[in-house]
Amino acid sequence: MSAPATPTRRVLAQARFDTGTLLRNGEQLIVSMVLPALALVAGVFAPFPELAGRRVDVVTPGVLALAVLSTAFTGQAISTGFDRRYGVLRLLGVTPLGRSGLLSGRVLAVLVVEAIQLVVLMALGLALGWHPSAIGVLPFVLFWLLGTACFVALAMLFAGTMRAEATLALANLVWVLLLGLGGVVLPATSFPGPWSTVISFLPTAALGDGFRAAFEHGGVDLRALLVLAGWTLVLGALARRLFRWSD
Amino acid sequence: MSEAVRVRELSKRFGSVRAVDAMSWSAHLGRVTAVLGPNGAGKTTTMEILEGLQRPDAGVAEVLGVDPWDASPEHRARVGVMLQDGGLPNGAKPIRLLRHLAALYADPLDVTELAHRLGIDAFAGTTVRRLSGGQRQRVALAAALVGDPDVLFLDEPTAGLDPHARLDVWSLVREWRDRGAAVVVTTHSFEEAERLADDVVVIAHGRVAAEGSLAEVVGGGRLEDVYFAVTTKEQTR
Repeated sequence: MSAPATPTRRVLAQARFDTGTLLRNGEQLIVSMVLPALALVAGVFAPFPELAGRRVDVVTPGVLALAVLSTAFTGQAISTGFDRRYGVLRLLGVTPLGRSGLLSGRVLAVLVVEAIQLVVLMALGLALGWHPSAIGVLPFVLFWLLGTACFVALAMLFAGTMRAEATLALANLVWVLLLGLGGVVLPATSFPGPWSTVISFLPTAALGDGFRAAFEHGGVDLRALLVLAGWTLVLGALARRLFRWSD
Repeated sequence: MSEAVRVRELSKRFGSVRAVDAMSWSAHLGRVTAVLGPNGAGKTTTMEILEGLQRPDAGVAEVLGVDPWDASPEHRARVGVMLQDGGLPNGAKPIRLLRHLAALYADPLDVTELAHRLGIDAFAGTTVRRLSGGQRQRVALAAALVGDPDVLFLDEPTAGLDPHARLDVWSLVREWRDRGAAVVVTTHSFEEAERLADDVVVIAHGRVAAEGSLAEVVGGGRLEDVYFAVTTKEQTR
């Protein structure tokens, strides 16, 4: 009688397969690696806007948040959208992996790819003179995991409710908008008047603020943590409710 | 004869359309059951309910005594599915995909041997995106078989295949039947049904128009004649 592999082995197998697929996807690697690296260099050397503190110390954590946004949101929204279009989700849904195994494997693959991105971008930041607080690693990891959950949920909300082409277009548009106005690389406080408050409530700003607080003085930005956790709960609940496995 | 698939008074609507309308039939272990019917008769919807991909509105769908909706991984490991749209990830190469699927089972078939039997090794280095329709069909069939299932659902497994590939698929289907599996095949080909099936279910308008062993259903005549007789009668009802 046929039996499934253990749950751990199934999830790890899916994570390995998805990681391989992500790393083989050239265009996506540009979005997730080259663009954040360019943003880092540009942010450090650009003369504006004025930032509080050393530029590299403000910009580097923001670029790390941008990398999380790219892989967890843009990359996942597009690839899951097309997997849904081509019936890949149905194919995996009828295997012992099932839907929860697919989601777990996919989040794990995102974390693996993000880990590679983050190490490379941190090395680039250090080469540009970044001085992170060493004890900031713990709050950083907390925000990293929560931010990934939040943006994968947003990706699933896009991919599971819209046509693949619409997901492709909108996920890229949202990435560009959030890069410019989301408080990711440039903190919300660098925007004028009421905008700085509005932007600070975006999940991207919360992730960026969390990373900046962690590495600037090793602290936990509680307000940002609450904002990010709130978004994660709302987006997760919406994705769970609205996601459709077939299009 | 033990019942592997049980459909009783099964119904599923999409808006005002009754895709499946109080349908009842069975499929048994050690037998090939061919499900025939015009496009839109409810074949694929019924298969998807049996595969756990759709939830019925009413009635009973059971596979190996289990309701497929939200069934356990243990259940899904015993059921092999070949979807009509394939569901193969575009960017993957066939062998990498099959090895991945094999890793989801405790005791899968040997991927190298299975790929060889289906001629997949000839295009092992080509990504799914660049495969022909027939090549994709073979990979999708291998995906259904790799877990060595007890029940096999094949949605039009030989559509678009050349005559040689069709014979390969038929011999694999018979082999699984002879190993004791229940094989449920949807098809539009009378030849396929006559050469492969032990039992036949003809569906029209979401209901069963004829059911029984191949000999019972054709009654000494041709399946084609019976099919047109029962499906046309249904349509003009």
